[in-house]
Amino acid sequence: MIPEIGQIALIIAFALALLQAIIPMTGAQLNNARWINFAAPAARGQFVFVGIAYLCLTYSFLVDDFSVLYAASTSNSQLPLIYKIAGVWGAHEGSLLLWALLLSGWTVVVSVFSQSIPKIMLARVLSVMGMVSIGFISFMLFTSNPFIRLFPAPVDGRSLNPLLQDPGLAIHPPMLYMGYVGFSVAFAFAIAAMIDGKLDAAWARWVRPWTNIAWVFMTIGITLGSLWAYYELGWGGWWFWDPVENASLMPWLVGTALIHSLAVTEKRAAFKSWTVLLAIFSFSLSLLGTFLVRSGVITSVHAFATDPARGIFILIFLLIVVGGSLVLFSFRAKSLRSVGKFSPVSREAGLLFNNVILVTMAGTVLLGTLYPLLLDALGIGKISVGPPYFNKVMVILAVPLYLMMGVGFFLRWKNDDLARIGKKIVIPLSLALVFAVVLPLLFAPEQQGLTFIGLLLASWIALASLLWLLNTTSSPFKLPASTWGAVIAHIGMAVTITGITLTSVYSHEKDVRLASEESYTVSDYTFKFIGVKEIQRDNYVAYQGTIEASELGQYVAIMRPEKRTYDQSSMPMTEAAIDAGIFRDLFVALGEPLGSGSWSLRIYHKPFVRWIWIGAMMMAFGGFLAAIDKRYRRVKKNKQAVIA
Amino acid sequence: MMKNSLPLVIFVLLVVLLGVGLKLDPREVPSPLIDKPAPDFQLSDLHNTNNVITPEAMKGRVWLLNVWASWCGACRAEHQVINRLVKEHHVEIVGLNYKDASYDAKQWLEDFGNPYARVAIDRDGRTGIDWGVYGVPETFVVDKKGIIRYKSIGPVDQEKLDEIILPLIAQLNLEPLS
Amino acid sequence: MKKWLMTLLMMFAAFQAHAAIEIYQFDQAQQETLYKELTDELRCLVCQNQNLSSSNAGLAYDLRKETYEMVMQGQTREQIVDYMTNRYGDFVMYRPPLKTRTILLWFGPFLLLVVGIIVLMTTLRQRSKENDEPLSSEQHKNIQQLLEKGE
Repeated sequence: MIPEIGQIALIIAFALALLQAIIPMTGAQLNNARWINFAAPAARGQFVFVGIAYLCLTYSFLVDDFSVLYAASTSNSQLPLIYKIAGVWGAHEGSLLLWALLLSGWTVVVSVFSQSIPKIMLARVLSVMGMVSIGFISFMLFTSNPFIRLFPAPVDGRSLNPLLQDPGLAIHPPMLYMGYVGFSVAFAFAIAAMIDGKLDAAWARWVRPWTNIAWVFMTIGITLGSLWAYYELGWGGWWFWDPVENASLMPWLVGTALIHSLAVTEKRAAFKSWTVLLAIFSFSLSLLGTFLVRSGVITSVHAFATDPARGIFILIFLLIVVGGSLVLFSFRAKSLRSVGKFSPVSREAGLLFNNVILVTMAGTVLLGTLYPLLLDALGIGKISVGPPYFNKVMVILAVPLYLMMGVGFFLRWKNDDLARIGKKIVIPLSLALVFAVVLPLLFAPEQQGLTFIGLLLASWIALASLLWLLNTTSSPFKLPASTWGAVIAHIGMAVTITGITLTSVYSHEKDVRLASEESYTVSDYTFKFIGVKEIQRDNYVAYQGTIEASELGQYVAIMRPEKRTYDQSSMPMTEAAIDAGIFRDLFVALGEPLGSGSWSLRIYHKPFVRWIWIGAMMMAFGGFLAAIDKRYRRVKKNKQAVIA
Repeated sequence: MMKNSLPLVIFVLLVVLLGVGLKLDPREVPSPLIDKPAPDFQLSDLHNTNNVITPEAMKGRVWLLNVWASWCGACRAEHQVINRLVKEHHVEIVGLNYKDASYDAKQWLEDFGNPYARVAIDRDGRTGIDWGVYGVPETFVVDKKGIIRYKSIGPVDQEKLDEIILPLIAQLNLEPLS
Repeated sequence: MKKWLMTLLMMFAAFQAHAAIEIYQFDQAQQETLYKELTDELRCLVCQNQNLSSSNAGLAYDLRKETYEMVMQGQTREQIVDYMTNRYGDFVMYRPPLKTRTILLWFGPFLLLVVGIIVLMTTLRQRSKENDEPLSSEQHKNIQQLLEKGE
C-alpha cells in the first residue's frame, strides 16, 4: 500500500514539475503576473510530493518490506537502523530519489530566500530548476522506478556488504548530491540571465551564496569519500583517480573557478560570459558524472548497476540540458559582454589566469578519464589511464596555479604595476623559499625535489593569505565574514598541499613477517607483535592481532587489526588498526598466519596524512563563512525597513 | 558567434563519443596475441601424464585451445556448445585445464562430456599468463602455421560460433600450409 | 535481473578490503622499490579498478609472483613491463605508454593550457585597446547634450 502511495506521489511530483517548468517561463515571456507567481507554489508542491515518495521508500526500508524490489536488493532485516535509513540512497533508484528530493528542496529554499530578486528572473530560475526535476523524476518513472514490487517477496533482503556499513560512507552521497544539485542553482540563474539578455553585479550577488554553499558541500563530500577509502580499504591510499572520483573532482574544479569568477562579476561587473559559461560547465559536469556512474560506459568500483538503456536516457537528458544551454550561449553571449576594463596586470587578470588553469585541470581529468573510451571507440586499442598519468600531469599544472594564487592576494583591482608587485612579494616569497629549504633539512629523513616544491607552494599561499588579512587598516576582527572565509579557505588549501606532499614523499609501507615478541622499526616507531587471538562479536568472528606501538621507546598505543568473517559473507574482511595523529598516522593490517605463531602484517607510517582532510575541511569552512556574509542578508533587512 | 559556438561543438562531439561508448564493453581486454605465434608450452596430458602436449605438435592443422576448469560455473554452460562443436563440425579442440585439481577435472569431464582431443594441465596458471588468459572460460583459434587468429573472451555461445568461429575455421582450413 | 545480481556480486568483490599480504624477501632495496612501483602501476585484470598490489584476485597473486621472480632475476622495469604488455596489451599498465595514439593524452593538457593562455592574453590586450579609443564626435555631442540636460 505504502509503496503505491509513493509511486503516485512521484507521478504527481512529475506533473507539478512539468507545470513548474512550463508555466512560469511562459509567464515571464508574456509578462503574465499570475503565471509568473505560479513558480514558487509549484516548486513547493513538487517538494511535498517528492518528499512523500521519499518517505514511503524509507518506510519500506524501516519495516523490512521486501516486497519492494529495491528494498530487497539493498537492505536486510539485520541492518542497524541508521544503515536502513542510509540504505535508501545506497543504490541506483534510491539515490535518484534523493537527487530529486534535494533538488526540489533547494528549489523551495531559493524561492523563499529571494526577496530581492525581480519576479521575472526568479520565475525563470525556478522554471529551469523544474526542467531539471522533470529529467530526474522521469528518469525514475521510465527506467529506474524505486517502487517496483517483487512477488513473492523474499524472506530477507540480500546479504550485506559490511564494508558499506560505515557512517562516513553513509553520509558521503548526500553531501556530494547537495553539491551537484546546488550547482544547478547557478546554472538556472545563468540561463535566466541569458534569456533576459543582461547580467549585472546584482545578479552575481544573488548567485554567489548559493554557489558557495554548493561548493562547500562538494568539498565535504569529496573529503569524506577520500577519508573513507583511506581507513576502510586498507591500502593507505586516499585518492585513486577512479572514474567516479574524477566525476566529482571535475565539477569541483570548475566550481572553484566559478566562485572566483562570480566574485569578480559582483565586484567589478567583469567576466560575465566567463561566469555564465562556468555555471553551465559546473552543472554539466555534475550531470556528466551522473551519466558516467550509471551507464556502464566506464568501469569503476563505484558504478551502480549499469544498463545501456538508462545510459541512453541520461545522455539524451544531458544533450537537451547542456546542449540547450550552450545553444542559448552561442546566441546570447554577445549581449553579456562586460565593459569593465582592466589591465593585464591586475587582480582580474590574475583570477582569469587561474580560472584558465582550473578549467585546464578539469579538462585534463576529463581527457584522462575518457581517453580509453576514445581509443576504443576509434578502434585503435585499449589502454588504461591511472594514477601515474594524473599524478604527473595534475601536479605540473598545479604549480603555476598555486604560484599565482599567492600573487593574487597582492594584486590590485583594475590596474597594477609589476614593479610594485615585485616589491611586495619579495619578502614573503623569500620566506617561503627559506621554509621550503630549511624545514626538510631540519626534520625530514631525506631530501626530495617534490618536498621542496610542495612546501614552497604551501608556505607561499599561507603567507600571502595571512599578509592580505593583516594588511587592512581595521582590526582583523572587524573584517567581514567573506574576508575571513577567503583567508581560511586558502590557508586550508596550503594545509592540504602540505599533507599531500609530505605523505606522498615520506610514507613508509612494509609487509613483514613477525613472530610473537618480534618487532619492526620504521622512522622512530617500533611495532611489537604480541599475538593474535580469536574473538566473536554480534555478527562476525575475527582474528584480532595485538601490536604495541612505541616511539623512541615511549609507549604510543596498542593496535588491534582484525580479520573479520561476517555471518552473511564467506569472504574475510580486513579491518586495519589506525592510530591517528595530527602529525602522522600509524596503520597496521593483519595478513595471514605463516605458521608457528607468526603472521604477516602490513605496517604503514604516514606522516601528515590527516592534513589533507583537515585542510579540506578548512576550505569548506572558509566557503561557508563567505556564503553567510552579512551583505547577502542586508538587502532583505533594508526591504523590511522600507515596508515598515 | 563562431567563438561562442565552440563549447557547443565540443560538447556535441563528447555526446557522440559517449553514445558510441554505450555500445562498447569497457571491461573487455582484447588480446595482443592475435596474428602472433601461439606461445609455446610443454604440459602434461590430464589422462596420461607421461605424454607432453605442445602447440608445436599441432602445426599443420587448425585447432582450438579452450581454457576451462571444474570450479568455473560459466564453463559448464559453455560446455554444451563445445561438445556440439566437436560432434557436429569435427573441430579439433585442446583443453587447457587451468589451476585445477586433476581428480576434479577428470570427474567433471566424465559428468559433462569430454570433447577434447587432449587436455593439458596448467596447474599454476603460468601457461594461462603466457596466453594472456584473465578469466575462465576463454577460447583461442590457431591456424595451420601456429598463429593465433581469434580469441573468445568469455564463453563461446551459439551466436559467436555461427557468426565468427565456424566461418573463421572454414577460411583457415582453406589456407595453405606454408 | 540476473545480470544485475552479477554486477552487484562483482561490486561486492571489487569492494574487498585489502587482505593480500605476501612476504617477499629482496636482496637489495632497489629491487623492493622496483617491485612496489611495478605492482602499483600494473592493473588487475579481474578486479579492474585496483592495481596489482591491492587486489585479492587469484590472477593478481600470480602476476605479483611473476613480477617478484623477474625482479629477483635482475630484469629491468622495461623488460617486465614488456612481459606484461606482450600478454595483456597496454590495458594492463595504469601508466599509458607514449605512443602516437597517446600523444594527445600526454600533451593535450599542456596544449590546452597554452591555448588558454594565448586566448587570455589576446582578450586582455584587446580589452585594453578597446577602451582606449577616444570618443567619436557623435558620442562627444551626445555627452554634451546629456550634461546640459542634467544641469
